[in-house]
Amino acid sequence: MAERSFKAEVEHLRLGAGETFTGEGILAITKALLENGVGYVGGYQGAPISHLMDVLADAEELLGELGIRFEANANEAAAAAMLAASVHYPIRGAVTFKGSVGVNVASDALANLASSGVNGGALIIVGEDYGEGSSIMQERSHAFAMKSQFWLLDPRPNLPCITKAVRDGFELSEASNTPVMLMVRIRSCHVTGSFQTRDNQRPTLSVKDALSNPQSDFARVVLPPMSFAHEQDKIKNRWPNAEKFIRERGLNEVFGPKTAPVGLVLQGGMYNGVIRALQRLGLADIWGNTQVPLYVLNVTYPLLAGEFLEFCEGKDQVLVIEEGQPEFIEQQLSTFLYRAGSQVKLRGKGILPMAGEYTGQVMLDGITAFLKEAAPQMLPALVRAPNEDKPQIPDLTRTVPIRPPGFCTGCPERPIFAAMKLVQKETGKLQISADIGCHLFASLPPFEIGGATMGYGLGPAANAAFDGGGERRPVSIIGDGGFWHNGLSSSFTNMAFNKSDGVAVIVDNYYSAATGGQDIMSSRADNPTKATKHPITKALKGIGIDWVRQVDRTYDVGKMRDVLREALTTDAPGPKVIVASSECMLNRQRREKPLTQKAIKDGRRVEAPRFGVDEDVCTGDHACIRLSGCPSLSLKKLDDPLRDDPVASIDQSCVGCGNCGEVADAAVLCPSFYRADVVHNPGAGELKRARIRDQVIGWLQTRRAARRLSFEGAA
Amino acid sequence: MGARAADPRLSGIIKLAILAVGGQGGGVLTGWIEDLARANGYAAQATSVAGVAQRTGATVYYIEMAPHQEGEPYPIFSLMPAAGDVDIMITAEMMEAGRSIIRGFVTPDRTTLITSTHRALAVSEKMVPGDGIASSEEVMAAAEVAARRVIAADFDALAIRNGSVISASLFGALAGSGALPFAREAFEAAIRGGGKGVEGSLRAFGAAYEVAANPVVEKPAAPVAAPLPKVQGPARLVAEWERLAARVAALPGPVAEMALPGLRKVVEFQDLRYGTEYLDRLAQVMARDQAAKGWVLSREAAKYIANAMAYDDIIRVADLKTRARRFDRIRKEMRVKDGTLLHLTEFFHPRAEEIAGMLPARLGARVEADPKWRTRLDRWFNKGRRLRTDTLPAFVMLHVLGGMKFWRRRTLRHAQEQAHLERWLQAALAELGRNYDLAVEVIRCRRLIKGYSDTHARGLSKFDRVMAATARIAARDDAADWCRRLREAALKDEEGKALEGAIKTIESFA
Repeated sequence: MAERSFKAEVEHLRLGAGETFTGEGILAITKALLENGVGYVGGYQGAPISHLMDVLADAEELLGELGIRFEANANEAAAAAMLAASVHYPIRGAVTFKGSVGVNVASDALANLASSGVNGGALIIVGEDYGEGSSIMQERSHAFAMKSQFWLLDPRPNLPCITKAVRDGFELSEASNTPVMLMVRIRSCHVTGSFQTRDNQRPTLSVKDALSNPQSDFARVVLPPMSFAHEQDKIKNRWPNAEKFIRERGLNEVFGPKTAPVGLVLQGGMYNGVIRALQRLGLADIWGNTQVPLYVLNVTYPLLAGEFLEFCEGKDQVLVIEEGQPEFIEQQLSTFLYRAGSQVKLRGKGILPMAGEYTGQVMLDGITAFLKEAAPQMLPALVRAPNEDKPQIPDLTRTVPIRPPGFCTGCPERPIFAAMKLVQKETGKLQISADIGCHLFASLPPFEIGGATMGYGLGPAANAAFDGGGERRPVSIIGDGGFWHNGLSSSFTNMAFNKSDGVAVIVDNYYSAATGGQDIMSSRADNPTKATKHPITKALKGIGIDWVRQVDRTYDVGKMRDVLREALTTDAPGPKVIVASSECMLNRQRREKPLTQKAIKDGRRVEAPRFGVDEDVCTGDHACIRLSGCPSLSLKKLDDPLRDDPVASIDQSCVGCGNCGEVADAAVLCPSFYRADVVHNPGAGELKRARIRDQVIGWLQTRRAARRLSFEGAA
Repeated sequence: MGARAADPRLSGIIKLAILAVGGQGGGVLTGWIEDLARANGYAAQATSVAGVAQRTGATVYYIEMAPHQEGEPYPIFSLMPAAGDVDIMITAEMMEAGRSIIRGFVTPDRTTLITSTHRALAVSEKMVPGDGIASSEEVMAAAEVAARRVIAADFDALAIRNGSVISASLFGALAGSGALPFAREAFEAAIRGGGKGVEGSLRAFGAAYEVAANPVVEKPAAPVAAPLPKVQGPARLVAEWERLAARVAALPGPVAEMALPGLRKVVEFQDLRYGTEYLDRLAQVMARDQAAKGWVLSREAAKYIANAMAYDDIIRVADLKTRARRFDRIRKEMRVKDGTLLHLTEFFHPRAEEIAGMLPARLGARVEADPKWRTRLDRWFNKGRRLRTDTLPAFVMLHVLGGMKFWRRRTLRHAQEQAHLERWLQAALAELGRNYDLAVEVIRCRRLIKGYSDTHARGLSKFDRVMAATARIAARDDAADWCRRLREAALKDEEGKALEGAIKTIESFA
């Protein structure tokens, strides 16, 4: 792991019966897994579930005590495939990844798993990355549950409910021989709160014990004719069993008065937002006691016709509050009403927006609009006829700049893209495809490099149509995380097999950096439980790619540019692959900063580099920034009435990575940059030599100053 | 079932949102606030959407809290801030304050807005070749209207001064604002409970507490004119300077205000004789200017002639890089203390053009026109050079170069710059007869020329295109306005796309 410790969190996992856990939702889920006798856990990191993986990776000792196997899987498909252990054996297993991208990757394994059915409880914890701050395409994992027929939990977003859903999920899975997906939205993963803990449970059967007594049953294999039987089994047995369990155990909840003209049907995850809207309308109290009946779907698939129709009884209109599209739940509920010949009017999308996050305002507007039509007498007078008397707030939308994420200060990927920008100045614009990971920030200004991303590990594959070559070669970019996730097989064997003429740049920052700095195969750290230090170049050679260039210091912009130029122009046949390696600065600083500070304190010699700009030399054209975008390289306005434009300025957050100097050199920018290395605890000889130098320099400076006019305040 | 009044306990829920830029410690601040609330008998819930936003993007943290008795059910809190429903909005940067206003999180009926006034510039602001910095004044003006109360100060600088980070000073500002019903000691206990960097955090906390508790309305500093230069040097030179300064003092106020720094710039660049030439040139312009126009033309000319005369050549850069005051400034900025040393590396990349520019005008012109010589010069000189100016060989070399002012007037570069300056000035003055405002705008176009090497070449080409396009429409009444628009377009992006668009528009009617 990237020099980061989760020891404090691991202690939370040891809490016993009657104690109180206080913390984040995702950690509460981790604890709940242990309380429910899970036998093995796996997954692939990514917001918002990275924390679960990171904490378990640090909890090795505890997992060992309990006899639990933990795997940091190579990708989500591998994670989902691991659930195969629960097909034959009565072992509870859980895997986690992000939705919807991780679910996409895992879908093959999930479909097979759902067809085989499970014996032990199988739980798939999906962190649904939807809405504000999301880094992925806006889709729903819901569709996968429908097509493969596994069950989908969407609990109310508080810690007691989420942890209860873990328990319910395992039991539902076992009662219906079906895998269960527990969907937690991004805010639920990060929501803080408390719940009463229970003792951790050892699995009733450990994976080690199972291995001593192997089982197989060809009826579980997805092959004809058994696969036809699986489908029948799903419909005739597993589904009814699930419905029965959900109903008997009351997994869905009804709140509010028994009789009312209207009601709301909502996904569990929407509960707090709905209550807040009702609170603002005066229809719910601080504890959520509501005057409008609510039918809360903590299980969003399958839906229970009987339960729903009972809720609808005696009501005129019901509003479905379902975030995301298409409106699967609304469609299903409409069918229930239609088949039952019901007169209840179902409302949903239309009153609420079809697409986008259901924010506080959207929820308030939607519910207000619904009640205005369906039950206006319930609304306070002010809402029915609002008194518009709001002050005019000046419009700032044209003033405030957007602030998309970008490379960190000192990021080793920045010089790679500076070099690419320089190469494109020579060659003209190139066809460039990108992958998933930090490097994708290069598609934003100031670099604007990379025009497509097709998925994790698929950057070079996304250029396949152009791999035959042409006047200029296509270029693709992929990170080291993507390379090991899926890139080696899907992108590079694809290139090698098809004798691609394209260029691929592998951005190797020693970690799966964008997901939090987890170790991967080519990480250069020692990891006691994982095999690291496997060079990417070796893998490339292994699949028959011969034109491979390793750059071991990406900050050398001139070299990066030359290697890229060579790759674009060489006569060598086949794929041209550049592995550009330098350690993620975020992780490096995290490790080295305390060491450096300690070294200085201990009196050891340390050189601390930082860059600066001579403001008199800088002309304010900002060419350097267009090749950098570093957060520490900014602008300042001078007090000089003769200067119109702000000049470049480097603040103290600079880590002295060297990019500024290299870019100034490679792009022939201005001579205003300088690097200042402060030498702490220099040697005696060094100090003496420096004193003599300073004296000579001082003498020259004084001599010249005496012959000239000098102005106070001038540099 | 009729409408009822809202549950009065609901007004006990305090809703607090934090808008921060990645890396500002929004998570730490959120943690402190949560701990504070829980330790003081409140139920609290926090959420955030970190994701990739931690990489310098904007991130929202959200906290709700309400008084809570043991045994009572837990309040139902929202997981996200809603427009019009936020009591306390903390923004860790000025434009983030603007963003919170745009999103409706700041409303006059309830919101206390606590914001740092410092700027973390967005890439889109920084990469503009001209001045793309968004207006903090506009945001501040909107904040005054939108918020019930505004507490604004540079909490970033304040934190740095106290050896801490902005999360600590914002926490102090929150305490000082009195917007939360907890005592100062309770806040400090939360910091101590966190256990990391406690001393620095408490210092920054305390300083910010005072600022927020006793707010002084911080007005963005108006650009003050540079202080009058105090001059030092040999008596003969000082006397001569006084004579030139007196010439400036005799100019009309608005012109003198710009001419004095202008004079200083050109004298520093070359010598007092050069200063005299500057004032003579300015006098030429003054002679054709009018008091009735407020001497706008002369004022602008005073500014841009000085800039044009003090062009960037090797001598100037070498001179600036070897001055004692620069060394002192860097030592201070880099916090070089006794017992530590400073190594200083400069990044130079001379090209054939610069070398040829240093040759005597006629020889230089021949060399520059000869491709063979250019290639040769490039081979000898064109490469990145890193010079350690804290060591003698590099320092002495630059020192000698910086002392070559005696040579400058003979060089090719000087001849080129002089010729360009004259052409530009005459082009401007030529418009005076028919369109005063246009002459002013043409003078201002000098702003386009800046940078080194490619950037300088691009600036020159933009300047030429603006001048050419202006010439086409010079006869129109609105020519000055068009000239201004062309210049502003040229400063918008590197490649000159906006300028191209503007020129197309002109071509459509010219």
